[in-house]
Amino acid sequence: MAIWRSGVFGGLLAGAIWSTLWYTLSCVALIVGSGSSINLEIGPALITGMLIGLLNVMYKPINVKIYFIVGTLFTLFLLILCSFGQPFGSQLPINDWHTMISTLIVSALIFYSIYCTVGSLTAGLLTRYFAEAFYTRLIWGLGLIFFILIVTIPFYVMIMTSFKNQRSLLKNPLDLSIDFSAGPEKLFNSYIELFVKYDFLTLLLNSAFVSVVTVLITLLFSIPGAYAVAKLRFPAREWLSSSVLLIYLIPAIILVIPLYSVFSQLGLRNTLFGLCIVYPATTIPVALYMLRGYFAGLPSELDDAGLMDGLTRWQIIIKISIPLAIPAIASVALYVFMIAWNEFLFAFMFLDDIKIFTLSRGIVSLDSTEVPRQHLMAASVVATVPVLFIFLWFEKFLVSGLTSGSVKG
Amino acid sequence: MESGKPKNSEGILARREKKLAFLLLSPTFLLVVGIVLFPLFANFWISFKPISLADLRPPTILVKERIKGKLEQPGEIIRIEYRYRNSSMKYPLADVVFEDKLPKSVEVLDISQNCSVEELSDAKIFKCVLGNIAPKGRGKITLNIFAEVPLKKGNFSLSDIQSDFKTTNVLTSFEFTVKNYLKVFSASEFIEVLKITIYYTFFGTAGALILGLFAAQIMQKAFLGRAFVRGILLFPYVAPVIAVAFSWVILFDPFSGPVNAMLIELGISEKSINFFGKRITSFSFFGLEINFPVALSMVILFEIWRYFPLSFLFILARMQSIPSDLYEAAEMDGATPFQQFWFLSIPHIIGILAVLFLLRFIWTFNKFDDIFLLTGGNAGTRTLTVNVYEQAFAISNLGAGAAVAVVIFMFLLIFSIIFIKFTPRDEG
Repeated sequence: MAIWRSGVFGGLLAGAIWSTLWYTLSCVALIVGSGSSINLEIGPALITGMLIGLLNVMYKPINVKIYFIVGTLFTLFLLILCSFGQPFGSQLPINDWHTMISTLIVSALIFYSIYCTVGSLTAGLLTRYFAEAFYTRLIWGLGLIFFILIVTIPFYVMIMTSFKNQRSLLKNPLDLSIDFSAGPEKLFNSYIELFVKYDFLTLLLNSAFVSVVTVLITLLFSIPGAYAVAKLRFPAREWLSSSVLLIYLIPAIILVIPLYSVFSQLGLRNTLFGLCIVYPATTIPVALYMLRGYFAGLPSELDDAGLMDGLTRWQIIIKISIPLAIPAIASVALYVFMIAWNEFLFAFMFLDDIKIFTLSRGIVSLDSTEVPRQHLMAASVVATVPVLFIFLWFEKFLVSGLTSGSVKG
Repeated sequence: MESGKPKNSEGILARREKKLAFLLLSPTFLLVVGIVLFPLFANFWISFKPISLADLRPPTILVKERIKGKLEQPGEIIRIEYRYRNSSMKYPLADVVFEDKLPKSVEVLDISQNCSVEELSDAKIFKCVLGNIAPKGRGKITLNIFAEVPLKKGNFSLSDIQSDFKTTNVLTSFEFTVKNYLKVFSASEFIEVLKITIYYTFFGTAGALILGLFAAQIMQKAFLGRAFVRGILLFPYVAPVIAVAFSWVILFDPFSGPVNAMLIELGISEKSINFFGKRITSFSFFGLEINFPVALSMVILFEIWRYFPLSFLFILARMQSIPSDLYEAAEMDGATPFQQFWFLSIPHIIGILAVLFLLRFIWTFNKFDDIFLLTGGNAGTRTLTVNVYEQAFAISNLGAGAAVAVVIFMFLLIFSIIFIKFTPRDEG
């Protein structure tokens, strides 16, 4: 008999997995949030979870809201009972309100997750369809939590570390909470120091300057180019539109030695101007490719109508095509801005003078033993926030732009 | 292309259109040729040259002027010494000429044979032909002058000295060598580097693709806050590499990193692990000795973490374009969730998966920043791209670095051919 298709087994499994997961996560959260040490004792949670899983298989509620509240309280009761009144070990007594609330939240999460996963599962042998639907639900929930965790943890650590001071970091690396009682001056100490001592405002402005200039040059070059490839007839057009992508596959590391050599001799190396011609060269092929697709989608009748009315091709580009392609141009602009803002290799190789550092270049120079790491993290936050802000603001644009044209890494 | 018309009937409009197209494309073309294609060929050129970082400063003649005697006293004989030197240790200077501007009132007493004095309206030009100067070569010219009027120190400024010479610029000379290639290929670690590159590229690409596929499956189901979660999932890809790389380094720091502290706290590990610094850890698995590359795996994990959002985005976009009535029909026919995935979703997304794999493979192969920032290429994580940097800028042998870059280019050429051959037409 296929045990994996038995409803009871499913309930027990879901209960065991969810209770272990939530309990472990809450232990980790408590350690990180309070800085106290906790012994991980999974046993009580495991038993509780399996019982709740079984209950959900056996009993189907009529009123979900009441069932949820009662179920949560029941889970809480079981959890405390199984652990003899110490769900998080002897270090955290249950009569402390922190522990009480944590236990309540864990109970709610365990109960709700099990309830959602078990769903319509009944005791006894399931059909293949229902068994697979059950396992899909289980994997779906676990996957969602997995992805949210792996993506947010490094950013969480980055932000929290930037608010710490050297002493508390060394004393307890696990204490990743914010101590609001320290006052804003101490809290933002790393940021203040970055802007006062390391002149990060200049770096920020340099990065912004280079990125904006890159965007402008890229658009200035790629819009006419993309229009030509999309709308005009000339020999080698097909060849051109496919070979543009091949240029895209050439990595910066191959170009860096010749460019370094030549730019050194021309005196362009240690200048922002040098970056402002290298960056567009790497972004134009992609911009051209993305815009070409968009221009090609615009009806040619519009251009013909314009020609009939006596407009020149230039006027058509400026008065008809560009206004229509604004969404595509916006997404290209944002994408190029992101590339230029995040670029590391050329900034690292080209810039020596601290006055013209971009953020990437400046942060690498902070990576030494003399600079405390909370400064490094604060600098990382400073570099990340603008680009994430722009991304969240214009996400729709960016996502459609990204998927329509490019696969850049 | 209008194939119906005969060729010679190309009208004036068509010709004008062609001209305009070339005009519109020319700025892009020039920039791409200058910054991408030219360096590509220059890279071949450099890879055959015995050139180091120091050679980028072109050799020049350095002249110092020294004045002996009392300038303020009229009628005194003053001795001027010019000491010159070839700045290069390797390359000679040819046809060196230098000249200095002297005040009009000065009378030059003795001149050596290869020097001359030229009278101008406001000054005298003292000019010497020095000929060839060997590498590291140096010399001295002395000159006695005499003046009726008091002179000032300012009359003899160094900026008046001008020199002219010819030298071989290493970059443009025709001196070639194959030593760079011999050095690169004979290095004992070259095979190792190649192996690491392949591991990194393959597992990084495959991992990111699988994770992306998984994420797309999860995000396809509608739930509360889906748009928000989708935004968050793209963070690793959008954030600056430098910020996320350093936060990983600090997260896994062996001395005070939260992960190590947590592993010890929870009793999973006894002592802290140097995740980005440990080359290999050995453990036995059912009596089988297994050498597990720690740092390389961490770097691969980072690569997967940073780039799965991209695969996720593309796969999700493709999956959402599958008509939903197909799923409804499958549901009616009693297809289980796994069957729906396997027989319905996969055939629809296999094309984009193949394209993504090839493109991501090439891009992962090209990746430099991530490894460089995480490990600096140490602890068994030196890929070909990091090797370019290592040879060219850490060991300062530009030629060898360029040779490694040529190796990368050759690989890319092969990949591109595969890419062009196997890309389904509709999926670009």
